[in-house]
Amino acid sequence: MRLVVVLAVLMGVSGIPDVTISPPTASADTSAHPNSIPETADESEQIEAQTEEGAEEDVMATGELNPNHYPARRAAQVVQHYLNTRYGSPFRLIGVQTVHSGNAEDVTDSRRKYQLELSVNDIISNTTQTCSAELSFTKGKGQQPPEVKASCEELLKIDIKAQEEALYQKYKTSQTLMSAQYLPDSHGHIKPDMEPFWHLGILASSFIMLNESTENTLYNVAQVANITQLTTEEDHLEFDCHTLLHEMVSQEIIHWKMLFTWSPAEGVKVLQMKRLPHRHEREKSPKTN
Amino acid sequence: QFLSKLRFSFCRHQVLRLVPKTDGHLSLIRDLHNMIELELDIWREVRDVGSPVDIRVPGHKLKIVKRYLKIYDIQFSTMIKDLQVLLDEEQKAMESASARVPEPRNTDNFDFFRYHNLSEIYSFQDMLVAEKPNLVSKIVIGQSYEDRPLNVLKFSTGGTNRPAIWIDTGIHSREWVTQASGLWFAKKIVTDFGRDPKLTAILNQMDIFLEIVTNPDGYFFTHTNSRMWRKTRKPNPGSRCVGVDPNRNWKAGFGGPGSSGNPCSQTYRGPRAESESEVNSIVEFVKSHNIKAFISIHSYSQLLMFPYGYIRSRIKDYTELNNLAQKAVTDLASLYGTSYKFGSIINAIYQASGGSIDWTYSQGIKYSYTFELRDTGHYGFLLPATQIIPTAQETWLALMTIMDHTLKNPY
Repeated sequence: MRLVVVLAVLMGVSGIPDVTISPPTASADTSAHPNSIPETADESEQIEAQTEEGAEEDVMATGELNPNHYPARRAAQVVQHYLNTRYGSPFRLIGVQTVHSGNAEDVTDSRRKYQLELSVNDIISNTTQTCSAELSFTKGKGQQPPEVKASCEELLKIDIKAQEEALYQKYKTSQTLMSAQYLPDSHGHIKPDMEPFWHLGILASSFIMLNESTENTLYNVAQVANITQLTTEEDHLEFDCHTLLHEMVSQEIIHWKMLFTWSPAEGVKVLQMKRLPHRHEREKSPKTN
Repeated sequence: QFLSKLRFSFCRHQVLRLVPKTDGHLSLIRDLHNMIELELDIWREVRDVGSPVDIRVPGHKLKIVKRYLKIYDIQFSTMIKDLQVLLDEEQKAMESASARVPEPRNTDNFDFFRYHNLSEIYSFQDMLVAEKPNLVSKIVIGQSYEDRPLNVLKFSTGGTNRPAIWIDTGIHSREWVTQASGLWFAKKIVTDFGRDPKLTAILNQMDIFLEIVTNPDGYFFTHTNSRMWRKTRKPNPGSRCVGVDPNRNWKAGFGGPGSSGNPCSQTYRGPRAESESEVNSIVEFVKSHNIKAFISIHSYSQLLMFPYGYIRSRIKDYTELNNLAQKAVTDLASLYGTSYKFGSIINAIYQASGGSIDWTYSQGIKYSYTFELRDTGHYGFLLPATQIIPTAQETWLALMTIMDHTLKNPY
């Protein structure tokens, strides 16, 4: 597993992401990926052969999507990550609530396009909004991050400016730099005044999760292992952050380190991101919370 | 310094620290102590020059004592400004500490709103059996790799080899809300038997088997080492990586896509099907009992699923299981509005080969289901303990729907 050291400057709330990241490896070890070439097993040869009456989906869902099934769910998750990179804040975190309908099609040999009607909500204020989204995945060699188009401006209507300013001022003027570990802890507990930093860790991770997503992945932030404020002269707060991502299909926990900034005006900007090797590749196994 | 709780109030009492700089100071302080009317209480004795002396002074004597010390130029500082405040805080801390971690003497005192460690769960199981010996017994179906007992609670009103329902939680150790829910289910069964007509009807004809910690080695490891551990803890020869995914180790499409041949992978299937004692014990148990419904509980994603995981084709009983799943998730949602999706494993979540319910279905156990409990990713595996009981309560409604259907549709 190679370390992927990446220097990238990503726009925060406004502007189209100008991404200069080399395509990351999709998983640690290609032979470990669940969708790799099957070893011979009698039953598994039946995979494509058997069909029964009634609707059946292809391995790559095409046409109208069943909202109960994973292709719609995975695409919606990508939209969630995209929305958090655009609209997210320590006081606004977006989650997919439900997919109403969707459609997928092959555009070219290597590109597939999705259209979704979905409801998202701001987890903190619990307001819901329906949105439309369009996504485009590339497949095969030279995998690119997915492209997403979605607008959910209703989410911006909840006013969080005062809270953002208060947080910014508090940590800009504080004599000590904040640092927190294990958000949430093993028991799912998190101190209320640490929640904004948990959210910031999730937002910064959303840039990574967006870039890493394919039709064969579904990412969530498992935990913010560490978030530490760094000194900076500029008009933002700066953080070093170590998060654990959970990828549902492979069930792997993937460690990432990030350097990012945040201010009410600029939102989150990720300056550097680096994937950390798996535990079995490191010399010492790290302790738990 | 802990003072026992006296009826006496220490309101406005202060503790002063004196620093004698000369021998003269030492005798002056002794004199002070001898003035009984000052009601002084020495906390730290007079020793020698430079060694601090701590005295407790009642509020109404503070003025006099401080004047005395100033006149003789004896340096002092205030260690405790108001002793009673400190005592009250200490008392509160002790009360909440003991409330947080009691040793429950019975299952009525067991805190279901907390995540428990392995020994607490084993104790709970033994207590429950001791409290309800006519309904509950414990069967040790095998040993884990690290030689821990694999305990199954049997809920039965009698009979021999009755048709039965199997429920397992915690096969993947990091999915803590499942073991926690299993504990709650166990208590729920003994509480509702004889009170809830539906459950009573089920237990009058069927047995319920509940394995709460299906992967005890993994569970122990999530407490001591790595909260995110999923697999068993068996070493893999020739590899630095430990553990097999117990839900890829069953004899159903074993080795197919949806599992990995790499020991370092979270979905490593193991060297051969049923290689893990945690799996093999259940296999043997199922083969020697009359199981009619088999339910494996995981987290997270909020899904209720039925076979297959390893291939895309539909099971023979697709329509019945799909309709029952729909009813079960509707009943689940009726409590708190929690929304679940449903479908076959391969459609609802991903392709997975060597999974438990694919095998049980192939053995003729028609009502084979698997749950993924709360949430949908915000907390994920680290679900707050405050959500344990609501999760267990709503899941129980779905379980009751499945068990009730199993009872009413014998095969």
